[in-house]
Amino acid sequence: MLAYIVRRLLYALPILIGVNLVTFALFFVVNTPDDMARMQLGVKRVTPEAIQKWKVERGYDKPLLINAEAGGLASVTNTIFFEKSARMFVGDFGRAEDGRDIAREIGNRMLPSLAIALPTFILGLFVTITFALTLAFFRATAFDFWGVVLCVAAMSISGLFYIIGGQYLISKVWRLVPISGFGDGLEAWRFLILPVLIGVVSGIGSSTRWYRTIFLEEVSKDYVRTARAKGLPETLVFFRHILRNALIPILTGVVVVIPLLFMGSLLTESFFGIPGLGSYTIDAINAQDFSVVRSMVFIGSVLYIVGLILTDISYTLVDPRIRFE
Amino acid sequence: MGFQVVVLWSDILIWLLVAAGVGVGVLIAKNPPLLAAWRRVGANRVGMASATVLLAFILIGLLDSLHYRAQLESKPGQKAVYAIEVLSVLDALAAPLRSRNEKTYSAPFATRLYAKETIDVPGQGTVRDYPRLKHGGKHLGEREDEVAEDAAFTAFKAGLLGFVGWLGVFGAVATVNRKKSPKLKLREAAFAWDAVLLTLLLILVFAVPLFWLSGYYHVFGTDKVGQDVLYQILKSVRTGLIIGLVTTLVMLPMAVLLGIVAGYFRGWVDDLIQYIYTVLNSIPGVLLIAAAVLMMQVVIDTHPQWFSTAAERADLRLLALCFILGITSWTGLCRLLRGETLKLRELEYIQAAQAFGVSSWRIIVRHILPNLMHIVIIALVMDFSGLVLAEAVLSYVGIGVDPTMTSFGTMINNARMELGREPVVWWSLVAAFAAMFILVLAANLFADAVRDAFDPRAA
Repeated sequence: MLAYIVRRLLYALPILIGVNLVTFALFFVVNTPDDMARMQLGVKRVTPEAIQKWKVERGYDKPLLINAEAGGLASVTNTIFFEKSARMFVGDFGRAEDGRDIAREIGNRMLPSLAIALPTFILGLFVTITFALTLAFFRATAFDFWGVVLCVAAMSISGLFYIIGGQYLISKVWRLVPISGFGDGLEAWRFLILPVLIGVVSGIGSSTRWYRTIFLEEVSKDYVRTARAKGLPETLVFFRHILRNALIPILTGVVVVIPLLFMGSLLTESFFGIPGLGSYTIDAINAQDFSVVRSMVFIGSVLYIVGLILTDISYTLVDPRIRFE
Repeated sequence: MGFQVVVLWSDILIWLLVAAGVGVGVLIAKNPPLLAAWRRVGANRVGMASATVLLAFILIGLLDSLHYRAQLESKPGQKAVYAIEVLSVLDALAAPLRSRNEKTYSAPFATRLYAKETIDVPGQGTVRDYPRLKHGGKHLGEREDEVAEDAAFTAFKAGLLGFVGWLGVFGAVATVNRKKSPKLKLREAAFAWDAVLLTLLLILVFAVPLFWLSGYYHVFGTDKVGQDVLYQILKSVRTGLIIGLVTTLVMLPMAVLLGIVAGYFRGWVDDLIQYIYTVLNSIPGVLLIAAAVLMMQVVIDTHPQWFSTAAERADLRLLALCFILGITSWTGLCRLLRGETLKLRELEYIQAAQAFGVSSWRIIVRHILPNLMHIVIIALVMDFSGLVLAEAVLSYVGIGVDPTMTSFGTMINNARMELGREPVVWWSLVAAFAAMFILVLAANLFADAVRDAFDPRAA
């Protein structure tokens, strides 16, 4: 098992290097640092001196990949690629345009993101699996039919409308919770309820339909017929047999998401003014702060790869037949 | 009045898509298994009803994809001068909607502005009141309070006209079907004519009055700068369709080619392709899109000389967005196709072909590709609605289409602050919601019908 995890981690390394190269190409090959300087400075203040100053201040005055002037190891390390991209592997993300340390900023913003994402994830999973199981239990009845109709309708509504509608109705008209903002410590819950609720509701449509399909697939299998044949009540068949066996396909989709919870949700956080990583990213996009966006891309891919490994490990816990060599 | 035809890149692609659609239709007609699957789609009532709705949207989008620049009035003998503004056939059809702008917000069917202003009333001096609209309800003159009766009567007339038009279609369909098989009732036809006709009836009875009324009123109100909201909705349809359709066109060749090649040749080719899509997959989609759009923005901003009109710039940005979305979304389909090809290449008939010495590419084209078509079709249809939704979110975040281009996302973005106003301005948001909901719901239902027909195993 340990050997397997180590091998998977080693296998992840080339992928991370690939991610790094892709983002590097996106940010520096399509546009030269001169272009970036021109855009950041604005049309009026562009002079060759200003561009040079901007580049020196932020360390963009070096060659892209190979520094021919510097000798030895410095010819590789004294470059933009090493300074801006390669150092992310050791957690050095550099500074944002406003001069703040990105790594510290990420550390500060992780908790608010988790405070929203974790309850949304767990509650959402509970609600949708329960709903899907109920629909599968009453399969081929009017209840099932209208449930699916409801799911398709819910799927067709853009996430934007859930947020806008929920905020308007619950915060503005009924005045139950504050519209946006974030508090410290225990006070935070009042700010968290609405985003969590909206997060759960907006996910119901597609997830329920997906889980229902998985459950229905299990229902048609032989072991279920055997369980019924030996006289087990239908509820027991569902909760003991089908739910347990449907866990593998559900896990596949779910575990990958867990690390991404750290990233927060771009939309929810910026709408509700929650100082998490999602709103950080959106702000960086709007401010065209490339260093922050680049760091977030890197972290996002690290988390995704961790998620994939976690998925494989979780298989062994659910199904003892799966063993890793 | 003369005009100069303007062909935007997205126009070319969308008409190419139409041509490709016709071509694929011909191919399908020659391929019995695919034809049988499409027949099952045709027999599906919900599927056909949603297809009718989708066709109505596509018609709007196609009308909006024929662009031209109007000729400006000039003295005889002078060289013709053309307007800077690029218009489409839809603009020409909806000219009253486009040109009759108010000063600022006005509610649906309102005859007065939504904000008080200082106005001069003859005999009373200046007073603060809601000024009359320049266009909305102008024909009523002094009888301002009769809006409801007038609108209802006009709607009734128009609805009746729509119904008469529908009767014509109904008659034509019934006659043609009767000729084919005299005893057949429409309800029992192999093609779900009843669903199509019913949907068409609904569309006509709602749309004809809507457009008739829009000649007299601002049916969905006006926005901050006084533009008719109905017009914006119509213009947004094309943006949504292009994102949904052109993106799939961009990703399709890449996904199919790489997926099949990886599965068929295996070895280092497989490793390389798997590596590429794992790398792309590991980058969270929104972030990759954001990064790419930011970069593209820099390119566009630093090369203003590439574009002669604002429409061209917006158009290029839209296409670039399609490409970026395409590059981020081909990986899923590619993986599916690779897995399926791995299975197919072990089957006896492929091995027989190999033993006969048929070349690899010929095997791929003749034997593997046709057997993967159902996966491709399902994936294409399923992706569409997701892309339309994604466009709205991306434009809202500011990394979608050009801010000057009308799309559901930019509409929602503009409308968002209006909910905070007192009194609330709700109509833009509700109209955008309704239009998007209908489009995406129809797409989802149609996708379900297609999946059921092509993949009977899935529930």
